[in-house]
Amino acid sequence: MIEIIRHHGTLLLVGSWPNGPLGGIAVTLLLAALGMILSFPIAILIGLARIGEWRWSRYAATAWVYAFRGIPLVMIIFWAYFVLPRVTGVAVPAFATALSAIVVYESAFLGEIVRAGLQGLPPGQLEAARSIGLSYRLAMWHVMLPQALANMLPSLVNQFVSTIKATSIVYIIGVQEVTFAAQQINSFEPDKALQTFVVLACFYFTVCYLISALAQYLERRLRSRRQWRTPPTPTGQEAT
Amino acid sequence: MVFDWTFLTGAGVATKLFSGVVTTLQLFAAAWIGGLAVALVIVALRAISFAPLGWFMRLFVEYHRNVPTVVQIMVWYFGVPEILPAPVQLWVNRSQSEFVFAAVALSLNVSAYYSEDIRSGLRAIPHTQIEAARAIGLSAFAAMRYVSIPQALRIAVPPLLNRTLILFKDTSLAMVIGVADLTYQVKAIENLTFRSFEVFAVATFVYLTFSLAIMGAGAWFGKRFPPGFKS
Repeated sequence: MIEIIRHHGTLLLVGSWPNGPLGGIAVTLLLAALGMILSFPIAILIGLARIGEWRWSRYAATAWVYAFRGIPLVMIIFWAYFVLPRVTGVAVPAFATALSAIVVYESAFLGEIVRAGLQGLPPGQLEAARSIGLSYRLAMWHVMLPQALANMLPSLVNQFVSTIKATSIVYIIGVQEVTFAAQQINSFEPDKALQTFVVLACFYFTVCYLISALAQYLERRLRSRRQWRTPPTPTGQEAT
Repeated sequence: MVFDWTFLTGAGVATKLFSGVVTTLQLFAAAWIGGLAVALVIVALRAISFAPLGWFMRLFVEYHRNVPTVVQIMVWYFGVPEILPAPVQLWVNRSQSEFVFAAVALSLNVSAYYSEDIRSGLRAIPHTQIEAARAIGLSAFAAMRYVSIPQALRIAVPPLLNRTLILFKDTSLAMVIGVADLTYQVKAIENLTFRSFEVFAVATFVYLTFSLAIMGAGAWFGKRFPPGFKS
């Protein structure tokens, strides 16, 4: 295993960079981070539509969430691979194809996190904001969303871990991330498959375990802060 | 774009699709049963207080939760045969072993999550519930049967169903080692007929139907059996 890391460690970390394209775990993290960042605005719209008053936007957001939670990511990648070149009229690089699929896929999961964050706030928050004269939109923007976002932070970090794990499948369309690198190493050294894939697993484990630990820390801190600030309410409101 | 569904009746297309759906469902069923069985063993083993065993079980659960399912499948299919005895390796190379390895990998993966869900269901029932049940004259078995298990199930089943949905979707990952499931057959039919839109639409519809059924079961359970109390 040490040998695999010594000979191919940089391939797993950054691909053939700086002499070639960036790859390895760096691209995995880049893909997951961009996926989260780009899907977040969509997720906020979905979350707002899911709890909103307009019936049709609520139906549309619900359908979006259920559809993309129910289809495997591989199928969404196939769709992106097939649809994107036709819509844009040019050849779309593998990274952009994978990123688009991940943004659509993650927006459904993040949308549910946003919805839970908004619904987890005491209803008095919205009522108070409305009663001091804020419009629904301003009340959401200045009162509800900032509080909900603070409460969602642990879930968002956990979702980041899920996204990192989900990106491992995009090597099938040729994105040069860390699983792709491991497949390359496996083709150079076919008699060391177990070592190669265990090393790959260790890479993912280290990254995901550390980020999960961060999520747990944030959750503990959030819980202690919330206990200090608000006494338990008789209605039993709790953040999910 | 012209939609042409007649390709479905073309040479072997429908057969391929159907065998893909069957393989997907078989893999799902095998991993589900295997995963639940292993999860119950894990729950039992984690109740034993013996430190090294406890560390090992924690490592088992954390490995399966922090490594992508695809990589777990690869470790089993490409890696594990290397350390198996020669006769087993021969069998692996000769026979259709992809399905077995995929089922093992998915079972172990889902068992780690199932065991955590079952444990948190059991932990959520305060011990005073059992004491109260015994105090009003129920036997130990009746206290479990009528008091603690019904309450634990109400807490554990929704996350278990949610994980079952993820397991169903994860069966699509088995295509990376060549299991001829629905996703694999879709790719094969697309290469054969170039009717990408139609064949993707059919597969998406099939996946969505089963996923929505699992989600519906979750919603029904949550409504029919809401948690008894909030801690």
